[in-house]
Amino acid sequence: MTEAGGAPRHKTVEPWNDPGQSPYIQIAGVSKRFGAFVAVDNVSVDIFKGEFFALLGPSGCGKTTLLRMLAGFEEPSQGRIMLEGEDMSTVPPYQRPVNMMFQSYALFPHMTVESNIAFGLKQDRVPKDEIVRRVAEMIQLVQLDDFAKRKPHQLSGGQRQRVALARSLVKKPKMLLLDEPLGALDKKLREQTQFELMNIQEELGITFVIVTHDQEEAMTVSSRIAVMDHGRIIQVATPAEIYEYPNSRYVAEFIGDVNTLEGRITQLGTDFIEIKSAQAACRIRAGHGVEAPVGGAVWVAIRPEKLNISVTPPDDTSVNCMRGEVWDIGYLGNLSIYHVRLESGQMVTSCLTNQTRLVERAITWEDSVYLTWAPSSCVVLTG
Amino acid sequence: MNRGFTWFNGVSLVLGFGFLYLPILLLIVYSFNESKLVTVWAGFSTKWYGALLENQGLLDAAWVTFRVAFVSSTVATILGLVAGLMLSRFGAFRGRVLFSGMIYAPLVMPEVITGLSLLLMFVAISFDRGFVTVTIAHITFSMCYVAVVVQSRLISFDRSIEEAAMDLGCPPGRTFLLITLPVIMPAIVSGWLLSFTLSLDDLVIASFTTGPGATTLPMKIYSQVRLGVTPEINAVSTILVGIVAVGVVIASVLAKRDEARRAQDERLAAAAP
Ligand SMILES: Nc1ncnc2c1ncn2[C@@H]1O[C@H](COP(=O)(O)OP(=O)(O)OP(=O)(O)O)[C@@H](O)[C@H]1O
Ligand SMILES: [Mg+2]
Repeated sequence: MTEAGGAPRHKTVEPWNDPGQSPYIQIAGVSKRFGAFVAVDNVSVDIFKGEFFALLGPSGCGKTTLLRMLAGFEEPSQGRIMLEGEDMSTVPPYQRPVNMMFQSYALFPHMTVESNIAFGLKQDRVPKDEIVRRVAEMIQLVQLDDFAKRKPHQLSGGQRQRVALARSLVKKPKMLLLDEPLGALDKKLREQTQFELMNIQEELGITFVIVTHDQEEAMTVSSRIAVMDHGRIIQVATPAEIYEYPNSRYVAEFIGDVNTLEGRITQLGTDFIEIKSAQAACRIRAGHGVEAPVGGAVWVAIRPEKLNISVTPPDDTSVNCMRGEVWDIGYLGNLSIYHVRLESGQMVTSCLTNQTRLVERAITWEDSVYLTWAPSSCVVLTG
Repeated sequence: MNRGFTWFNGVSLVLGFGFLYLPILLLIVYSFNESKLVTVWAGFSTKWYGALLENQGLLDAAWVTFRVAFVSSTVATILGLVAGLMLSRFGAFRGRVLFSGMIYAPLVMPEVITGLSLLLMFVAISFDRGFVTVTIAHITFSMCYVAVVVQSRLISFDRSIEEAAMDLGCPPGRTFLLITLPVIMPAIVSGWLLSFTLSLDDLVIASFTTGPGATTLPMKIYSQVRLGVTPEINAVSTILVGIVAVGVVIASVLAKRDEARRAQDERLAAAAP
């Protein structure tokens, strides 16, 4: 793995919270219909200069379509896309300061790896020796030194993906659109390339929009994540916010593992809510307000790592405490996952870092356990 | 598939190929006959091939045929390419169905009809018949073959590579020249070879549309055969068969290789998670 050179990364700049900043790309009320089918549905989002913006969502939710509209291959059926305040609708793809890495790679089959990468530079009439130098740099970056003279059909899937990545990076565009750029790489190379992408992005100040299926990847690389479903954006927020404060059950369940418990609000305090849930068989106290009346149906989302598991009962077993039986244990090396069956029959999971050796572990199958959590570490969701 | 050799397979193979190729084989064998009599074998000789070089009539006809084939296949390839592009690229333009039907029609049109109608047209516009008219006639019937070959290639053409080129700053015209054309080149070349061999072969349409001084080789052979088969004719026919065979083999090899590569590409693309 390459070293993170120099100073540690600073990720404290949040242009989206700064009203003085004007967005680099404005997607304003954009929809795309194919016949009667709505692939992208009234999407509005601002992306700022130097951001690493991730589009995350299940297959077919319109991520590629949105990206193709940014690149200029599809025209929005409705709405506008503006780059630095300028309407892009009349600008053809070959004049946009935007490069795209295609999900299907779209390598030129009749050209070698080198010529594929050099193609974009040749279009800009970059001097020959500079082309040679920059192409060589790129080839090295994506570790394709041994394959420079090969044609695409002589490469493996992962190697092609790296050629596609190099080809879109070599022009150092103002904005780079990456459609599942790392899907075909193995874990190590993927992490390494993620890292390189982040370095490149920071060095060159390129704005990245990356599409991915992989929520872990989105969490790692991006400054903000847009979670999409059926052509709509459900939530746009930083990785931490998305994880800690999802705005819906959909987002909570899409990002990471989560336990959701159904219940009804019984009491609305000034800085807490109380919920009664048949599944939990206890009163649930949560620290965050929601906009729902007393008696309203809500879901309480608790991440597995925020559920403490213990064989000894806590002092107060009536609030935020569930009793159950250990049903199954998943040992992941660094973590242990406990699947616990509550008295109501509901299954919940709790995970614990393995700070002690396996043999010394206190909790085992069929143990009766208590699951507890702090009011501040659960989220109440209305939908 | 792997049923191996059976007597049934063997017999049908021999019968089938015998039926197809025995006459041609005979023709080739007798072109190397020493004797002037085509039916009597009198030992191996290549003298008739030498004699060809002295037969000015045949040489002239061969030269005419070659020029017609070259010019007509080149023009037909360009026109066929344009037509094939139109049919597969421009979506549902007005009259697309009619146009695509019309482009296929000459494939099944009886040659006599094509020849006759062309003749009538040339007469109607009182165009002097000769080299030009034969060439035009050959363009007419061979461009649809090119269009068909090009169109079927374009159907499986991955247009995202054109988008990628444009995304990298290449305008559409240049994209066509740098990306599309090289990628579909095997199909274009095999289309050209196909029309070249079709033009070499043609007797009927050429007979209708030719005029004085533009006798093609098939016409020459046909008229000489009516006076009696000579080993010279066998020799020239053998050469013609050779050229056509080479053309067809190259065309199909090109198409096969292109196909195999695309199949491999697709397999690899599908293997990528
Ligand atoms: N040209 C088109 N014509 C008709 N429907 C289309 C077209 N392009 C995309 N779609 C549809 O739009 C929807 C969104 O497609 P899109 O390619 O954007 O999905 P995606 O989010 O990128 O999915 P994946 O993660 O599988 O790549 C899909 O249901 C797809 O079938
Ligand atoms: Mg996609």
